[in-house]
Amino acid sequence: MDINTILFGVYPYLALLVCVVGCWARYDREQYSWKAGSSQILRTRGMRLASNAFHVGILFVLAGHLVGLLTPEFIYHHVISTPNKQLLAMVSGGLFGALCFIGLTMLIVRRFTDPRVRASSSFSDLLVLVLLYIQLILGLSTIYASSQHLDGSVMVMLANWAQSLVLLQPMEAAASIAPVSLVYKVHVFLGMTLFLIFPFTRLVHIISGLAAPVKYLLRNYQIVRRKRA
Amino acid sequence: MKIRSQVGMVLNLDKCIGCHTCSITCKNVWTSREGMEYAWFNNVETKPGIGYPKEWENQDKWNGGWVRNRDGSINPKIGGKFRVLANIFANPDLPEIDDYYEPFDFDYQHLHTAPLGKHQPTARPRSLVSGKRMEKIEWGPNWEEILGTEFKKRSVDRNFDNIQKDIYGEFENTFMMYLPRLCEHCLNPTCAAACPSGAIYKREEDGIVLIDQEKCRGWRMCVSGCPYKKIYFNWKSGKSEKCIFCYPRIEAGQPTICSETCVGRIRYLGVLLYDADRIHEVASTESEQDLYKKQLEIFLDPHDPAVIAQARKDGVPDSVIEAAQQSPVYKLAVDWQLALPLHPEYRTLPMVWYVPPLSPIQSAVDAGHVGMNGIIPDVDSLRIPVKYLANLLTAGDEAPVLLALKRLLAMRAYKRAQIVEGFDDQQILEEVGLTTLQVEDMYRYLAIANYEDRYVIPTAHREEAMSEAFAERGGCGFSFGNGCSTGESDINLFGTKKTTRRDVIQTVQMWEE
Repeated sequence: MDINTILFGVYPYLALLVCVVGCWARYDREQYSWKAGSSQILRTRGMRLASNAFHVGILFVLAGHLVGLLTPEFIYHHVISTPNKQLLAMVSGGLFGALCFIGLTMLIVRRFTDPRVRASSSFSDLLVLVLLYIQLILGLSTIYASSQHLDGSVMVMLANWAQSLVLLQPMEAAASIAPVSLVYKVHVFLGMTLFLIFPFTRLVHIISGLAAPVKYLLRNYQIVRRKRA
Repeated sequence: MKIRSQVGMVLNLDKCIGCHTCSITCKNVWTSREGMEYAWFNNVETKPGIGYPKEWENQDKWNGGWVRNRDGSINPKIGGKFRVLANIFANPDLPEIDDYYEPFDFDYQHLHTAPLGKHQPTARPRSLVSGKRMEKIEWGPNWEEILGTEFKKRSVDRNFDNIQKDIYGEFENTFMMYLPRLCEHCLNPTCAAACPSGAIYKREEDGIVLIDQEKCRGWRMCVSGCPYKKIYFNWKSGKSEKCIFCYPRIEAGQPTICSETCVGRIRYLGVLLYDADRIHEVASTESEQDLYKKQLEIFLDPHDPAVIAQARKDGVPDSVIEAAQQSPVYKLAVDWQLALPLHPEYRTLPMVWYVPPLSPIQSAVDAGHVGMNGIIPDVDSLRIPVKYLANLLTAGDEAPVLLALKRLLAMRAYKRAQIVEGFDDQQILEEVGLTTLQVEDMYRYLAIANYEDRYVIPTAHREEAMSEAFAERGGCGFSFGNGCSTGESDINLFGTKKTTRRDVIQTVQMWEE
């Protein structure tokens, strides 16, 4: 098995498996550790801009990746052509990526330079921010790479990779991604790595952040628990 | 009608001496952990003052509590559900730790390790958040103790609303009182309503409002929702924490630690039966000044046979109904109407009530030209302005405060006449609408205040909560996080620490020369 197959055919499954089992174990056994990990109370200054920009930006970008990578060609062709889809991805991803970049830069500066926030940060808090920052910069630089080939061919290769993985075809997946340039591959690899570390960091709060609103909007304001079985 | 029971509390401010024993014992038991150094589930404030955290009563600033909309509905002042969710990334209504105070410790170790020198070594303060040296402590949990700051700063106190406050800055007119504060364990808590995770709940059996530490995700909306600012974000664990009304003690029939250790014997704990079906209606009462009266309506007479029958039907155990009949809280709040809720205008229907304090008669009375109402001095001649107490306890309505103060004065006058002069002065009692029996009871509960009278707490019916008692044997007790299991290795897979290890931050600058 060559390195390409290991990295893009096997590693994604490994990362996802660790992610799922890890989250399950943490939810089941260590829920007390499951939290958003906000440090706003220690320093509010700048948080409204930084945190909102970061979260709005990254949520849009993530949703864009999910829809963009996993929607099969024959479905989106009813709405949009391949080159136009790439253009749409570049423009919208670029805009929200830039928004996210502004927010994340501010958050990183805050976390590393503010004595209160720095002192209360764990290693994993710092690691997550740095990895996300690298990932974001890689992602933004793929916009430049993509502008060199506007026909959408690379986008299709990446989408085929993702869709083959979903269809449990690791060899096809690895073959689809083999021709794309290095910057995409590093971005994809780091993306999988983020899944790998997901259960062991504060990233788990993404799940809560997506689940909480649903429950909150559906429930009554007040909750009463009774002891009697 | 749906009857539920709650263990409520009354604090007799007339007897509070501001010793802070309640705060200290509470701190030692519940909030001496890392991340909670700044948090006081119970604190005692000197009023007038802006309090802890700063200006907590100013809801224009903090947006705590509920607001009533034009259509008669109510929602948290921080916003409806969509607003709450939209603010989840950065909460605009969240106090910063400096609004409480930056927690600090002293470099005591330096006293042991300082090299031989010309001067005596000192233990200087350092921040427990950043570990850095703090050159000057600027604020603390009780900075305004006994009128500790200048009047201009203290008078920002919102209870001065609609009062010509300037004269109270003059030495001759100055006044003060103590206000011990804890979670109100409201019937309509805004903290619970604001929690996106649904981690905050009220217990049906004793009304204690708790945060499920497993379910809390640290979205910190409850901190903003609570108008009393009695939810604290533990910045170390990333979870919100609050006063738990010492539920392990309450369940065992013991008073909370703040009550147990109160040297002034000012605290009362007792069961109130209330109609849960009316909570929403009462909390939505149009006029803020009616909220106190409406909340009184929600409490049910535990001697009424219809109430007893319904309570039994709703699963309230007989021991709880019996306790409700003996409840000192019911007597003080409903029977005698001496105790009043703290800031009912927040619409949370608080369940920790206060007997307003009498205060020294102003000097004018001594000079002989101030109203004596019979042998009771005029309440208007008391040092603490009635309006101030009304702003604190009845949304500005002076009538209930006046009644309570008059009854307290009448009790003293009646007992004085009885004991000193051997004279049964029924006229005093008529004026304030009390019977001999009631005033003797008041005397027993307020002046004698025996332990058994102050605390009437039914033990929890734990047996109902378990399907099989045998399986509970040898189970684990009160614990955090993952039960009693603390893992093997020192570094936990998910970043938590051993619950028995204390991680106090190390000094960053040990000692600068």
